[in-house]
Amino acid sequence: MSEAVALRTTPLNSVHRQMGAKMVDFGGWDMPVQYSGILDEHAAVRNAVGLFDVSHMGEIVIRGPQALDCVDHVSSNWAAKLVPGQVHYSGLLYDHGGFVDDILVHKVSDEEFFVCVNASNQDKDYEHIASNNRFDATVENAGSRFAQIAVQGPKALPTLQKLTPLALEPIGYYHFADSEVCGVPARVARTGYTGEDGFEIYVAPEEAARIWQELLDAGAESGIKPCGLGARNTLRLEAKMALYGHEIDATITPFEAGLGWIVKMEKPSFVGREALLKQKESGVRRKLAGFEMTARGIGRDGYEVMLDGERAGWVTSGGPSPTTGKNIGLCYLPPEKSAVGQTIGILIRNQPVEARTVATPFYKRAK
Amino acid sequence: MYPEKFRYTKEHEWVQVEGSTGTIGITHHAQSELGDIVYVDLPKIGAKYAQGATFGSVESVKAVSDIYAPVSGEVLEINDALATAPEKLNQEPHDAWLIKVKLESPGEIEQLLSAADYQTYIGA
Repeated sequence: MSEAVALRTTPLNSVHRQMGAKMVDFGGWDMPVQYSGILDEHAAVRNAVGLFDVSHMGEIVIRGPQALDCVDHVSSNWAAKLVPGQVHYSGLLYDHGGFVDDILVHKVSDEEFFVCVNASNQDKDYEHIASNNRFDATVENAGSRFAQIAVQGPKALPTLQKLTPLALEPIGYYHFADSEVCGVPARVARTGYTGEDGFEIYVAPEEAARIWQELLDAGAESGIKPCGLGARNTLRLEAKMALYGHEIDATITPFEAGLGWIVKMEKPSFVGREALLKQKESGVRRKLAGFEMTARGIGRDGYEVMLDGERAGWVTSGGPSPTTGKNIGLCYLPPEKSAVGQTIGILIRNQPVEARTVATPFYKRAK
Repeated sequence: MYPEKFRYTKEHEWVQVEGSTGTIGITHHAQSELGDIVYVDLPKIGAKYAQGATFGSVESVKAVSDIYAPVSGEVLEINDALATAPEKLNQEPHDAWLIKVKLESPGEIEQLLSAADYQTYIGA
């Protein structure tokens, strides 16, 4: 066991414990990994609605006359293209083109941007943004001011609608609005990490427990289930959404990760642009590919990938896909071997087990 | 919850000895810690394992876990039903056995935990 370092907790920690969730250390946070079971929670989100405490996620607020310049300097997507109330996915990159983090940028106004970042990266992200901020803008590491609750699934909208005067239907995917939930100020974004329709709600920490309970009550008729990080992981993997430390990290560039669309090379300058320009000319060394097991076995995170008897890559995330019933995963492969239909071997307990690269995402919801 | 007729390991296997045969499974606590079990890897009939050796694995949605032989012996039977219904290990862990072995050293059983000691060990 590790040293007795105090784990960080969310405002819902005691609620999870009272409700009988199984808790784990997730990157230094004491978080629920499951409530009723990963398969049960996964199915609830695909078919009805699930509720997630994602208060461990960080928030960074960038304000000031040159807030937009700051955001567009430190992130790879083009925030100038956003309208107020719009969100986009983006990368915080190092000069060498690897990921500091993957982020969601919310444009509040021309002079205010609200950035949602990964839990265990939030302090590093803040330092990175602050150290690159040579603009007339302030950067606030605001994680402690917000709890974040995700309501995800086809019944997310009717569930949340009962608790807010905000008309949810008109909010487009990757848009948000500031309103109230359960009578208190809330930022409501139509975003998520599950591949389903849904909302992520940012509220003051002291309101989180009450809102959590009211959401459970409001969703009862739809069969709402509280969900843990286990189901969050199987859901995001089926939707092929990246997880920092797995598909992306400081050594991986957006082009390698299949995230070229969050890099706007037309933008005159941003941190990492020169390195990415070079990589665009020279080509990538590896590419992320989806696979499914064709023989008995489950390829899991970190397992090696074999091609013609040689080690050729590694599994970034892998496991059973509850929706498709297949054993799926994502892996890095040499670019010339990463096309769909390639037979590969996943090294499972020193035995290569056959798998095949497939088109992704593994799951796409019906619109 | 934990049958008196079983002996237990600290790695969360159980074994029931009848004559010279040991029936081996994983405990309720093990399945609860693993979560939804989706895959079971078992040895071939005739394979021999020393006490404490890895003879197979169980995989849940989120993790893979080795299973250790509570006693030394030769595999007589494997529970084929688990290949298509691994969830039985979650539903009835103390009935859904994994393998049966011919005991090589019946005395080994004395080194294992009683039901009461096992429950103390897991803090039940």
